[in-house]
Amino acid sequence: VQADGTDGNCVTFVLHDEDHTLGNSLRYMVMKNPDVEFCGYCITHPSESKINFRIQTRGALPAVEPFRKGLNDLMGVCQHVLNTFEVRLFLKSAGT
Amino acid sequence: AAAAMAAQRGTEEMRDRVVLGEFGVRNVHTTDFPGNYPGYEDAWDQRRFEEAFRVDVIREEEGSLEFDMVGIDAAIANAFRRILLAEVPTMAVEKVFVYNNTSIVQDEILAHRLGLIPIRADPRLFEYRNQGDEEGTEIDTLQFQLKIKCSRNPQAAKESSDPNELYFNHKVYSKHMTWVPLGNQTDLFPDADFRPVHDDILIALLRPGQEIDVLMHCVKGIGKDHAKFSPVATASYRLLPDITLLQPIEDEAAEMLQKCFSPGVIEIQNIKGKKVARVANARLDTFSREVFRHEGLKNLVRLARVRNHYIFSVESTGILPPDVLVSEAIKILMGKCQRFLNELDSVPME
Repeated sequence: VQADGTDGNCVTFVLHDEDHTLGNSLRYMVMKNPDVEFCGYCITHPSESKINFRIQTRGALPAVEPFRKGLNDLMGVCQHVLNTFEVRLFLKSAGT
Repeated sequence: AAAAMAAQRGTEEMRDRVVLGEFGVRNVHTTDFPGNYPGYEDAWDQRRFEEAFRVDVIREEEGSLEFDMVGIDAAIANAFRRILLAEVPTMAVEKVFVYNNTSIVQDEILAHRLGLIPIRADPRLFEYRNQGDEEGTEIDTLQFQLKIKCSRNPQAAKESSDPNELYFNHKVYSKHMTWVPLGNQTDLFPDADFRPVHDDILIALLRPGQEIDVLMHCVKGIGKDHAKFSPVATASYRLLPDITLLQPIEDEAAEMLQKCFSPGVIEIQNIKGKKVARVANARLDTFSREVFRHEGLKNLVRLARVRNHYIFSVESTGILPPDVLVSEAIKILMGKCQRFLNELDSVPME
């Protein structure tokens, strides 16, 4: 992970060894944050596996905060999906 | 008031349906981000998500699983699909040490074929091999041996031309691969039976005097590295179809409409002597868009898909059951997030 930008509000994170799998889902979670003015990601070159992930926030919020919140929210989503899926499987196998 | 209602229906449609028009698809991208629609609460709320989210397991057979995920977005559903295809690890043959190969199958072709054979070994019991480690230790390598020689059958009839009668061992199957335990693997896995998933995969054909004697090392890898490591035959999803009839359709038009869709989607009911069409089960449709080829019908039907209802279909190659694969994929996505969270916390940002 590297970060550089003009001030704390607009930061471009460079995530190594990542691609659309994490990039798109993380972009979705960060966009759902009302403090974020702009969020996008791009793959710099298809031969290298790294993505540029840019977050710009409204106001004075440092851009690392939506990034961290997005990651935590995505973990929460995955955890809930996993729990629901396993409960469903258990119920189905217990029912038959 | 009518215009306001229509406008509201329009935004509802834009928010949660992907509409298939005659020449293109509309409303493809998710637009429900905070600030886009006045009056809608779009900011992320874990509780609202949990209330709206559900999973339904439709069909579970031994090699394949069909389940629905409702209430999730395309980005995350696609992430699960990509991880199932490329990032769930499995064990597969990586290095083939050829001691003797006098068959007509070249060494590298034989090695390629051996690599693609799915091996029934739970990858969670093994570690990844360290980079640059050529030897392989017992915690990251499984060793298999394939040693077979073809010989002539002296009891065969004189005029027979059937190779099954004439020769012994002329077809090399995956069942001829035997596990050779390394180090303390017999103690670590006392009742484990490591072998290829299918016994009847034909590897090579031999004739008398030809033999194959190879030693194989299996390592743990992911599909991104080489497709032989992919644990699924395929993993795909589609969105739930949503067919709406904009006007009542009767008689011959109803018959024609029923033929335009897959069987079971449209049913014809007899109401007061007239035949009226009704959408019975939109889920079965494969959306061939045959309706748009008929001038009379194309404006009476709206073909759409429900944006957040995903019908997943996962077929496993047999290494791990498909429900385990889905759980592993979700855990891998969590692992990726955790990795970046840890990095964020450990490296101070300037």
